Amino acid sequence: MAKVEQKIVPLNGDTAVAYAVKQCDVDVVAAYPITPQTIIVEKFSEYVADGEVDTAFVCVESEHSAMTCSITASATGARTFTATASAGLALMHEMLGVASGCRTPVVMAVVNRALSAPINIHCDHSDSMAERDMGWIQIYAENSQETYDSIIQAFKIAENLEVMLPTMVGLDGFVLSHTLENVSIFPDEVVKKFVGTRQVPRVMNHEGELVPFKLDPENPLTIGPLDLHDYYFEHKRQQEEAMRKALDVIKQVHDEYAKQSGRSYGNGLVEAYRLDDAEIAAVCIGSTAGTVKTVVDELRENGIKAGLLRIRAFRPLPVKDIISNLSGKKAVAVMDRACSFGGNGGPMFHEIRHSVYDVPDRPHLVNYIYGLGGRDTPPYMIDSIYKELQKIAETGEIENTVQFIGLRE
Amino acid sequence: MKRLSEWKFTSKEFAQTPEKFASGHRACAGCGPAIALRLVMKAARGPIIATNSTGCMEVVSTIYPYTAWKIPWIHTAFENVAANASGIEAALKILRKKGRIKDEHVDVVAFAGDGGTFDIGIQALSGAVERGHDFLYVLYDNEAYMNTGIQRSSGTPMGAWTTTSPAGKVIPGKPERKKPIADIMVAHEMPYVATANIAYWKDLVVKARKGMEVNGPAFLHAFAPCPRGWRSETEKTVEIARLAVKTCVFPLWEAEYGEYKLSPQSKVIALKPEKKKPVETYLKTQRRFKHLFKPENKHVLEEIQSEVDRRWQKLLKACEIA
Repeated sequence: MAKVEQKIVPLNGDTAVAYAVKQCDVDVVAAYPITPQTIIVEKFSEYVADGEVDTAFVCVESEHSAMTCSITASATGARTFTATASAGLALMHEMLGVASGCRTPVVMAVVNRALSAPINIHCDHSDSMAERDMGWIQIYAENSQETYDSIIQAFKIAENLEVMLPTMVGLDGFVLSHTLENVSIFPDEVVKKFVGTRQVPRVMNHEGELVPFKLDPENPLTIGPLDLHDYYFEHKRQQEEAMRKALDVIKQVHDEYAKQSGRSYGNGLVEAYRLDDAEIAAVCIGSTAGTVKTVVDELRENGIKAGLLRIRAFRPLPVKDIISNLSGKKAVAVMDRACSFGGNGGPMFHEIRHSVYDVPDRPHLVNYIYGLGGRDTPPYMIDSIYKELQKIAETGEIENTVQFIGLRE
Repeated sequence: MKRLSEWKFTSKEFAQTPEKFASGHRACAGCGPAIALRLVMKAARGPIIATNSTGCMEVVSTIYPYTAWKIPWIHTAFENVAANASGIEAALKILRKKGRIKDEHVDVVAFAGDGGTFDIGIQALSGAVERGHDFLYVLYDNEAYMNTGIQRSSGTPMGAWTTTSPAGKVIPGKPERKKPIADIMVAHEMPYVATANIAYWKDLVVKARKGMEVNGPAFLHAFAPCPRGWRSETEKTVEIARLAVKTCVFPLWEAEYGEYKLSPQSKVIALKPEKKKPVETYLKTQRRFKHLFKPENKHVLEEIQSEVDRRWQKLLKACEIA
């Protein structure tokens, strides 16, 4: 497949999401404007009002109902999308587990914003990190372009018959959601062809017949039954199996998309930046990677072998890629824009550190918790992290494993 | 004003209608809600999809890999069955429009108990009705959280013992009144609201059918005793349910587009007030009210009677009878 000619338009993260959803021929969108509201759904409702999409738009009365509607619409065979942020995602919590447990491939944009209290509307990752174990695929974008690309890819990943898992695409609040960028967009028909029409797998019903996995009067199926100690565990195990399969599917979909877009993000799971010969490295997700890359370039100009590993897929966690990219490095700083209060570092740190535990030449690892509630993350702050890594690499000594950076202490 | 069709059926036709809610489920002996579900499903007019909130009927009708449902059915959580129905209905409409499913109407029915409706589910219910989704919501009201062990809900009547409104030395059962949920639904100015009772099964079936026929949301409040929670005899379920109508504890009525109309079983009492039985005849059949018959709790009995009378008069006024 050859690269497709694209148009460059100014979009912010929110409008990039809405535009991608518009092109994906989504059947049902259910959403609610909890605070902090994003303009994703406002923009999409304009498309609905102007007849530019063939989508049932359900303006529900809560985020809980937004996710519920998305689940049952998806279970009826519809391609389904919703968007939320912060408190809204937290209110959905119960239903996130139902979406993955019922194997409904809902796609959701999560504008990453801080959780209350104190109430705050700005960027951090505490909302989606708190949903880590709810069985959703989690992909984090670095910029609005990647947000657009990731939403389109998300439908194809979620609805893959081997996967059938709900998928969230995280974009940093304000930094991406409200910041205008030049975004290359596909012609509508290219996206429509790429995502195709939603298919459903066939599953065995209670009478032992194979029927389409959806609510269909011609093929009655009971979805969401009581499921106790005799089968529940097996069903949960199947979700884990689907996550394993998703590792390959995310890569395949990414590669297929890259051929047409001319854009790729590492291997789709992780993106290594000037990492091959690096001695010290940072690990992060989201828009901060853009700032880190700038700092890495400056350090390289000064002969310092610095690099970056950006985690794009946090669930499923690409353990093999983390190992292959970080083994042999002297010192690594994991950057967390969320805090696991009372834990040993932030959620990313736990994941990265345990992933490299079995590597014989594992690096020294430290954790920086940064940017909570939208606190700015300027280049000089990243630079100070690399300075610290240089020191650790030289001495082999770590003063503080977990540190907070960029705040009054 | 648009009027609903007058659907009638014979007992023979009814008996010949295939069951959509199959026997063999695990409901308790004398379960009122199971009767309500079976009757509602018998009223189906064509293809139908059902959804259940968490509760007794979800638990007894499904346990993987078994199911009592011969139609497509989905359960997701407790507080959201009306949102379940919203998603299904929205998806059916758009998929039909896009030609992705068969071009035929599919009825959507949501089932929830009193806890899932009066309490935790009222937000989703109110929202779905305001949005005007075309579905029938069936509340099977057994007046407490029976599935979890008889805890009080806002559908529990005044004076009733439950495990969270015990008949204590100081507080004799639930002090608060039952929330008038059906009236709250009428206040939504929705096309169809009705109360029904498993003891008057033909009336219940006709009302369920009307609820399906309505273009837009319909709400059916089905009174359904629970012998376990009411501490009543299993073989008396229907008899007790009937007494609830005869004492005017649970009058039967319907409201088409906000216009109240008494159903025949209650209209008889309205026209001949001497037929109205004292509330004690109903309360005596259930040991959840046992403590009320102690001399020191006489005032509660009186209060219950006066509350029943007050609501009955209010209803008669709404029906322009009084």
